[in-house]
Amino acid sequence: MSTVTETHRSAARPPEFEDTHESIRILGFWIFLTTDVVLFGSLFSVYAVFRNRVALGPTPHQLFAMGPVLAETLILLTSTFTCSLSLYAARSDKLKGAVAWLTATLLLGASFVFLEIREFVGDVRAGHTWHQSAFLSGFFTLVGTHGSHVTVGIAWAIMLVLQLMSRGLTVTNRRKLYTFTLYWHFLDIVWIFLFTVVYLLGIA
Amino acid sequence: MTMNPWITHLMKRLFPPQVLLPDIIGIDIGLTVAAIAAIVFLTKTKRWGWLWREWITTVDHKKIGIMYLLAALVMLFRGGVDALMIRTQLIAPHQHFMSAQQYDEVFTTHGTVMIFFMAMPMVFALFNVAVPLMIGARDVAFPRLNAISFWLFAFGAILLNISFSIGGSPDAGWMSYPPYSELMFNPGVGENYFLLSLQVAGIGTIATGINFLVTVLRLRAPGMTLTRIPIFAWSALITSSLILFAFPPLTVALGLTMLDRIFGASFFTLGHQGMPMMYANLFWIFGHPEVYILIMPAFGVFSEVVPTFSKKPLFGYEAMVVSLLAISILSYGTWVHHFFEMGAGPGVNSFFGLSTMLIAIPTGVKMFNWIFTMWGGRIRVSVPMLWQLGFIPTFVVGGATGVMLAAVPADYQYHNSYFLIAHFHNVILGGTVFGVLSGMYYWWPKMFGWKLNERQGVWAFVFFVVGFWLTFMPQYFLGFQGMTRRMSTYPPGLGWTALNFWSTIGAYVMGVGFLIMVYNIIWSRIHPDWDTTGDPWDGRTMEWSLPSPAPEYNFARIPHVHSRDEWWEMKQEGRTDEVKISEETVHAIHMPRNTPMPVLLALAFFVGSIGMVFEWFWLAILGGLGVVAALTYGSFADYSEKEISRDTILHTEAQLGRVES
Repeated sequence: MSTVTETHRSAARPPEFEDTHESIRILGFWIFLTTDVVLFGSLFSVYAVFRNRVALGPTPHQLFAMGPVLAETLILLTSTFTCSLSLYAARSDKLKGAVAWLTATLLLGASFVFLEIREFVGDVRAGHTWHQSAFLSGFFTLVGTHGSHVTVGIAWAIMLVLQLMSRGLTVTNRRKLYTFTLYWHFLDIVWIFLFTVVYLLGIA
Repeated sequence: MTMNPWITHLMKRLFPPQVLLPDIIGIDIGLTVAAIAAIVFLTKTKRWGWLWREWITTVDHKKIGIMYLLAALVMLFRGGVDALMIRTQLIAPHQHFMSAQQYDEVFTTHGTVMIFFMAMPMVFALFNVAVPLMIGARDVAFPRLNAISFWLFAFGAILLNISFSIGGSPDAGWMSYPPYSELMFNPGVGENYFLLSLQVAGIGTIATGINFLVTVLRLRAPGMTLTRIPIFAWSALITSSLILFAFPPLTVALGLTMLDRIFGASFFTLGHQGMPMMYANLFWIFGHPEVYILIMPAFGVFSEVVPTFSKKPLFGYEAMVVSLLAISILSYGTWVHHFFEMGAGPGVNSFFGLSTMLIAIPTGVKMFNWIFTMWGGRIRVSVPMLWQLGFIPTFVVGGATGVMLAAVPADYQYHNSYFLIAHFHNVILGGTVFGVLSGMYYWWPKMFGWKLNERQGVWAFVFFVVGFWLTFMPQYFLGFQGMTRRMSTYPPGLGWTALNFWSTIGAYVMGVGFLIMVYNIIWSRIHPDWDTTGDPWDGRTMEWSLPSPAPEYNFARIPHVHSRDEWWEMKQEGRTDEVKISEETVHAIHMPRNTPMPVLLALAFFVGSIGMVFEWFWLAILGGLGVVAALTYGSFADYSEKEISRDTILHTEAQLGRVES
């Protein structure tokens, strides 16, 4: 009886959970993500309150342009897809595929960050620093916090690629890849909200 | 003599006039002498290696708990000295013991130190010491993360504490409300110290929250279902979940203020349509749950102490858990009661007033449960129980005055008066501090293997509690008579003089109580009353089934739990030999190795924070690179666990008389 339940359970759960130590770490990572949700929630609320406090600076409508933001969105969504492909390859024990797709993910992430920085630099060059208004402070901080999360994710992915290449698909590396994909999906979801609340509502 | 202008500028920045007061220089000299003495002592007795191996690089939850406790006691001393300085200033009208500026600094650091660097680590000390042992675990879920948490707290505390001798202390109160905390009004580095030290310690706190949540959820011994977890471990679980939702808003509030001050953003400034009240909202979304983060562990301690010293199972276990959960959920709907005067309107204020009053209900449930546990029990009045008995009337008064404050129209009268000061000291000191001190006396033998002297403990309690009531009862009346908080001095003839005088006397009496407690600890260390049984109080939960102190691996064999008070049941049914091991049942145990990564990581945070405080960005970047390096090292390091062999375990357990013949 108990063996039946055990098999059933392990079949229902992702393979990364099979090792007890690693499954505890995954739970810990999920809980860390909840704190990050609250962090972004706080920043979103700040942005929502400050959205119309533009002082002498530009309004959201004047500041945002759809083109680059749409490109950023597509790039990030694609990177989430490649990220999943990397995990999928790892689960089929294809080390090369996992590394290749992970590398693609981090390159896409890097181009996302590049586009974002370019947008920020353009704003600042036009004189719209965050000193100018509460709205700009809220905007740069909310979007910048997401961007720095992506940057941290890229650094993490680089280390993960190195560890995958040197140590292969060990139990630990499989778990690390799994938590990395959780993190990356999370950033993607945050971006969806960001895109909607900041850019779509701003341009509309 | 001409000096290089650059050096002159640097000296002025490091040592502004506010840190060159005679008393501060005196303390600086005293601290330097103490530090040199400590270094000489460690070198002479050749203990550097021991300190490094046994303590600084340890990942053992029991040792981390002890370090938290010692640090918290040092901080209690520091915060206590601040309190006595405040009370000395207010003992009579027109006192100028301190300047108004120094007075501001002292009440700011008093609040900050007491909340973040005394109460929080005291709570974490008890979590670390007791929770894994209670639930039958060999360590916490993430031992290295636990060490990181401790060292982040420790370096955060150092950061705040060096502010008074280098650069100047913060002076904007422990809440640091803008716009006063903004650059325009507060140009020194003091506020930067406040922001950075809380940020660094706060990261550690979030990590602790994750750690203990996972520990209690996943590392319980077989058979310990959710309804068999000791209430203290339940309180750790619920406190941790509160931390996870409360601390990120604090991170944001502090971070945005930092961006304003150091990088010229316009969040909470007066110009550029910044909005200072947004900070108050963010701060109290953290701040109100924070007071429950502080009180729930105390509730947990009492729920262990009362059954043990009444020889009865806890009355209303389920009600205890449900009320803890209810408080944790309600605590998120009350933050506006800290600023009813902001002008959110009667609808909003009524909501938050009502939600605040609602919290009194689950808290009252707990009070009755403790009393009914004692009802008909065989009560032993030992020191941990004394603190509990002191807690009940104190906390009832504190809770009742809290309900008074929650009545919105009346709050317009009490707000920021000494009535409020008396209320929150009543609940934080009379609740949290009484609770953690009770827990300290209760688990002390489990930590060190010897008990604290009872007689001295009783004297410390009597002085502390009498001093407490004498300090804070007059303050309620001062509040009624219009004395507001943060006044650095007051004129005669307002009817405040006598009340302030007695309040100050009470503070000194409490100070004597603290000194007796220190004497109690030192005396008991020199004349140890060894706890050879491991069960000095005739306890009920699993930690008392272990020797005192517990061996490195805690449980040679993980117990199988059948009931709520497992150890008590074992004793009743004569099954205590079940904890013994034999040649056949013993297995090798794997434990994590020590690592220097946590302390180096926290050191890098410290260096980077100093860079931010003084706006030396090269140093901030250096610290940041140190953080990255430590994390990279942590990611690549080989964490193969060490094995404690069967022979070692058999040997250790045989010496403790825990091997079946």
